[in-house]
Amino acid sequence: MDWAQTVDLAGLYRDSGIAAVLDELDRDLVGLVPVKTRIREIAALLIVERARSQLDLASGAPTLHMCFSGNPGTGKTTVALRMAEVLHRLGYIRRNHLVSVTRDDLVGQYIGHTAPKTRDVLKRAMGGVLFIDEAYYLYRPENERDYGQEAIEILLQTMENQRDDLVVILAGYTSRMETFFQSNPGFRSRIAHHIEFPDYEEGELVEIAGRMLDGMHYEFDAGARETFAEYIARRTRQPNFANARSVRNALDRARLRQARRLFAGALSEGAPIDTTALMRITSEDIRASRVFGEDMAACATDGAPHEPHAGASPPGRI
Amino acid sequence: MRITQGTFSFLPDLNDEEIGLQIDYALNQGWACSVEFTDDPHPRNTYWEMWGLPMFDLRDAAGVMQEVRACRTTYPDRYIKVNAFDSTRGFETMRMSFIVNRPADEPGFRLTRTEGHARNQHYSTTGYASNAPEGRRYGAKD
Repeated sequence: MDWAQTVDLAGLYRDSGIAAVLDELDRDLVGLVPVKTRIREIAALLIVERARSQLDLASGAPTLHMCFSGNPGTGKTTVALRMAEVLHRLGYIRRNHLVSVTRDDLVGQYIGHTAPKTRDVLKRAMGGVLFIDEAYYLYRPENERDYGQEAIEILLQTMENQRDDLVVILAGYTSRMETFFQSNPGFRSRIAHHIEFPDYEEGELVEIAGRMLDGMHYEFDAGARETFAEYIARRTRQPNFANARSVRNALDRARLRQARRLFAGALSEGAPIDTTALMRITSEDIRASRVFGEDMAACATDGAPHEPHAGASPPGRI
Repeated sequence: MRITQGTFSFLPDLNDEEIGLQIDYALNQGWACSVEFTDDPHPRNTYWEMWGLPMFDLRDAAGVMQEVRACRTTYPDRYIKVNAFDSTRGFETMRMSFIVNRPADEPGFRLTRTEGHARNQHYSTTGYASNAPEGRRYGAKD
């Protein structure tokens, strides 16, 4: 072995173009520090691995199957999509594509249906990333004849034998993934990276809301941002809070109220509306939410507080 | 006699890596690949047995190669080919089809000449292997 050989790690890092992806990840995703740290670690590992292979230090391809666990709306799917791109840039997977499936796509309905179905999905995902959302549904302990077990066995076999062809990412809520792994110890040991997605801080949620609005070409007016922060503070204390997803729903309802306000104004005054008015979400649009209502106690017990306006009476004039 | 058919019939047999590259090309064109096998490789026999269904929505050759290998394991002494089907309007047909497996021993074809009316010659070819019933040709056991 030639000990004097050197390899330019920084050069490899530059050439891979991975820096751009990681920066983009930092820029586009709010919070999620442990996730970003782990992705950087994986990126570093793959670059070092490539450097090692240049010096003929073979060690076999690292296992990159992952498990994303975290509460609803913490960005698991979003990160999985990015992961495919990161791994592709690093040359670990051959294609930048992600196949997202749930139990329905893997498990059949009668004997002999499951295996071909699962194999089909695996074949489609070959060369890229297979993302199994709500993976714990694969295993149904209450039904011993459930075909999920068969799908799990085929998955495990492929994860082990075709590591070069496929990266599997499981995702699900933390507590239920824990039960899932306890009943399928084979899965836990075949997954190298267990990544925990933390809940967002209130400040981060407001930031996320701002970005979502930006993407939809809306904006908060001066008071609306503070009102929204207040909304988040109240909303997080209620049950069924789903992080970024709840934020998105809240914004969608605010858009609804904004539309109603503009419409009502136009009908009564008949004045034309300018771009700013169409883009602006005011404090009043947010404050109309039921979260700010007096009957918070009643709201918390009626079982559907995460959709404060779902099923509410239709708006007045439109 | 080494039988040649389809695309690349003028080339020596492709190895697995080359097969993979060809499949990748087909998938990049948006064609769907399928695997077929037969023990009756007569040039006029267009109906080979299907090894599973055609594979749609694939992005990488690994999935097709997996089926090719499975088929080879089950039928090591039959002819196996990979087809690539183009569903684009106007084509709607195979764009590529090449042999990926052949039996170790290929006895070839007999040319039969028959003299017909007015000393007209009629020609036909018959595979020597096709004397045995289907499933027992090319040294297949059972």
